[in-house]
Amino acid sequence: MSGPAMRGSARGAFGGFFSVAGAVAWRQVYRFFTNPAFLTPAFFPVFFFVAFAGGLSRVGQVPGFDFSAGYTAFQFVWSLLQAVALGGAFTGFSIAGDFESGFARRFLLAASNRRGIVLGYAMASFVRVSVTGALLTLVALLVGMRIYGGVDLFGLVGLAVLVNVAATMFGAGVAMLFRTQQAGPVIRTPIFLVLFLAPVFVPQELLAGWISAVAAVNPMTFILEAGRGFIVGQPTGAAFAFGVAISLVLVLVPWALFGLRQAEKAG
Amino acid sequence: MRTLLTQVSYIARRSILRTLRQPGVMVSAILFPLMFFAILASGLDAATSIPGFPAGSYLDFAFAFPLVQASLFGAVTAGADLARDIETGFFDRLSLTPMRPVALLGGMLSGVIALGLIQGCVFLAVGLLAGVNIQSGFPGMVLLVLLTVLTALGFGGLGAILALRTGSGEAVESSFPLFFVAIFFSSINLPRDLIESDWFRAVATLNPVSYLVEGIRSLVVTGWDLQALILGFGCAIGIIALALAGAVASLRGRMAHA
Repeated sequence: MSGPAMRGSARGAFGGFFSVAGAVAWRQVYRFFTNPAFLTPAFFPVFFFVAFAGGLSRVGQVPGFDFSAGYTAFQFVWSLLQAVALGGAFTGFSIAGDFESGFARRFLLAASNRRGIVLGYAMASFVRVSVTGALLTLVALLVGMRIYGGVDLFGLVGLAVLVNVAATMFGAGVAMLFRTQQAGPVIRTPIFLVLFLAPVFVPQELLAGWISAVAAVNPMTFILEAGRGFIVGQPTGAAFAFGVAISLVLVLVPWALFGLRQAEKAG
Repeated sequence: MRTLLTQVSYIARRSILRTLRQPGVMVSAILFPLMFFAILASGLDAATSIPGFPAGSYLDFAFAFPLVQASLFGAVTAGADLARDIETGFFDRLSLTPMRPVALLGGMLSGVIALGLIQGCVFLAVGLLAGVNIQSGFPGMVLLVLLTVLTALGFGGLGAILALRTGSGEAVESSFPLFFVAIFFSSINLPRDLIESDWFRAVATLNPVSYLVEGIRSLVVTGWDLQALILGFGCAIGIIALALAGAVASLRGRMAHA
């Protein structure tokens, strides 16, 4: 193949990749904003935030609980990470639903570059959690959350984006592997476990017993503690937390592509 | 009367067998509440150092959680099963037989009671093995399971109303978050007098789930607290009465369209 022809082919491949991603993302975003059934899960993290920050605020007075921004901000970080992670899980449910309805198979047939499908779902997931995250932040500010972080908050946003990408890739991989909504618990349960086995209610140092040991090796713990550091303007372990989050993405992108290959093989 | 009981027993048998034959339902109904219980009990153990906290161990304090959550889960499962009967036409076919409609409701709620009983006994056994100290002793354990079953029956009635009104399993399943809201906006995580936010304490005080939780919790943490037990059983019986009245009215409406 001559040079210009190769360049044209490469451009076509990339063009196909992005146009497929754009089409998938647009469809998902449209469905999200026009179907109340898709919007409902957006309220889950808000509900958990209000329930935990409102009902458990006295826990912030436990001896040794030292978080200057208060219990509302302490819970906000976990709720935000929960929102972005569950957004990824719900995208997985949508993918499984698309396979059940036969739509995803038609997409696989029509797409010039099938990897674009994965990117499209990830883009839609990002839009989805942006709405949920904004809603959560608004509610948190309305109930009086204090933020001392300033520009450090971008660090929290960065971590949240990486967690969303990782969770979406995980959900996409499982959904494309099983291609049925009955795989819902396989997507949801590990994400729930990773989220709840972190220091949700009190800092890591105040955890005792088995959960302390589990939280110490849970990747979400490092991300959560760094996120809480960002919100009080005293980043701690930020580099390591970003390293953990990027590693999760690097592991889970091949997982999603593996799921895609299995879906292709299944026809 | 005897015919009605025979009819109820047939539907109850079907309802119980259907639940037991769905391993996914049974595993979720048992494992999920236990998982949350384990996480809450360990994750919030530091809360016991709040001055005035009524228990020395959060494990004891949190023991009401799996029992109430399980009742909720049973309600959604039973409601979804009834909705499926409507969706698949079983309900319509039944209306052509001499079977009285109330037998269908009674049978379905018998399934809820059976599931609640299994869950109550399993959670009690696991709780005791995990080290939960029940201050009211063996009679308290019996009452604890009884209150769990009554709670399951009350929530089951609400599930039946949803199923009969909507006739859609999906609609019943999507009500799950509402039940979850009812649980978390109660005194499930902290005693009401230790809830700092005024609005949250007000919501928890108005929420009948708080009294169900406090009734169960009193048997574990306090021993014999007559006021908590009267409020707990009173709320459970009140919810049952309202839910059954609503379910029967919904059933009449559904039969009129069958």
